[in-house]
Amino acid sequence: MATPNVYRSPGFDFTNEIRNSFLVEKGLPLPKATSTGTTIVGCLFKDGIVLGADTRATEGPIVADKNCEKIHYITESIRCCGAGTAADTEFTTALISSNMELHALQTGRKPRVVTAMTMLKQMLFRYQGNIGAALVLGGVDSTGPHLFTIHPHGSTDKLPYVTMGSGSLAAMAVFESGWKPNMEREDALNLVKAAIAAGIFNDLGSGSNIDACIITASHTEMLRNVEMPNERVQKEKDYKFRRGTTAWKKEDVRKFVVDEQLTLIGGDEMDTS
Amino acid sequence: MSIMDHNGGSVIAMVGKDCVAIASDLRLGNQALGISSNFQRIFPVTDRIYLGLPGLATDVATLHERLRFRLNMYTIKEEREIEPETFAHLVSSTLYEHRFGPYFIEPVMAGMSKTPSGGLKPFIAATDLIGCLNFAKDFVVAGTASSKLYGVAEGLWEPDLEPEDLFETISQTLMNAVDRDAFSGWGGIVHVITKDKVITRTLKARMD
Repeated sequence: MATPNVYRSPGFDFTNEIRNSFLVEKGLPLPKATSTGTTIVGCLFKDGIVLGADTRATEGPIVADKNCEKIHYITESIRCCGAGTAADTEFTTALISSNMELHALQTGRKPRVVTAMTMLKQMLFRYQGNIGAALVLGGVDSTGPHLFTIHPHGSTDKLPYVTMGSGSLAAMAVFESGWKPNMEREDALNLVKAAIAAGIFNDLGSGSNIDACIITASHTEMLRNVEMPNERVQKEKDYKFRRGTTAWKKEDVRKFVVDEQLTLIGGDEMDTS
Repeated sequence: MSIMDHNGGSVIAMVGKDCVAIASDLRLGNQALGISSNFQRIFPVTDRIYLGLPGLATDVATLHERLRFRLNMYTIKEEREIEPETFAHLVSSTLYEHRFGPYFIEPVMAGMSKTPSGGLKPFIAATDLIGCLNFAKDFVVAGTASSKLYGVAEGLWEPDLEPEDLFETISQTLMNAVDRDAFSGWGGIVHVITKDKVITRTLKARMD
């Protein structure tokens, strides 16, 4: 078993907090972290859950990542979409995923969606909204398919179709007009794709490609980049610079040994008779 | 005015054909006042991993030491050199530990990672100041000139550049972006990492 660190306790480290709040007092605002402006959705269908997400990450008005993954692994048949502060959704889902695996090992059962939902909401509530993770949790367990939304302060909803993030209004408009109970797998996937596309094209915080994930009792299918409606075309002209364009003052080359040749010295081989 | 802009400085990393490059300017300032034109913010981590730490200079030093400690502990425990992907997660979790009192650094990494077949594959990554990883396939940027670097790199970068061509592309991207940023500049440095060597060049750049 991994030994815990003797010198430092686990969890968050607040040592820089005094310095940083002093800086804020001096009128230097805290820099903004990467956030996922995001459209994330989930919908219930005949034999399971379909989750969907766009792939844009933003830093204020700048697109920081054009093809990030927002559908996170919790267990084999439970997945979680994340919106809000990107680092928070990433680390929160990773922590809960790890705890779910340990829970499954301890109980010897396939873990349930409510378990993940409870773990997530209790953690987020404990941090009073300071962990900015807005999640869509979906999966199938022994009690059937379940779909939840979890807000940064720890409140949860259980609904047949849900949307979250800055593109939630655009996506919900599609769901409200197109969702029916007991849909077929293909129809549900197409509805999710349409909802994400509505977010991608109508919300500035969302963009690039569509990711989807279909979870049924027997099988989970992760569809990374199912649709790529914004692919960059081949550049018409290249802007390669002629070698030697850039003037430099000093060069240092560090060569590695990549090839070794073994030369045996002396003729005596080991006697193995 | 953000504390991230206090000392100035920018870093960029790019992928090429069987090679990666990481480059940075050399300015250390105190707001608008230039202090040093030889401030190294790119550090070698292993033979084939380089780490750029743009942001607040006090945290550049602190975080570099902290990561050096964690890396040494990893190397001793595992009895092997760290892989770039693993190192990226080490950086990420170190920063996230300080989620509610962050270091004002946005690290950029470049390296060559081992493939199962024994070859080497280019690798670049960047994180924000609380450790959200961004594995890009083309280029990553950070620092006070990041918005300009995004634009120039988006225009100049192309896939499968040979080491010498990648050097030209990354150098021109850096120098032209940095010339439109008041807080970055004062010289530049480029590291091109290939299978068998690392080429480090100090650029002849504008000094204003």
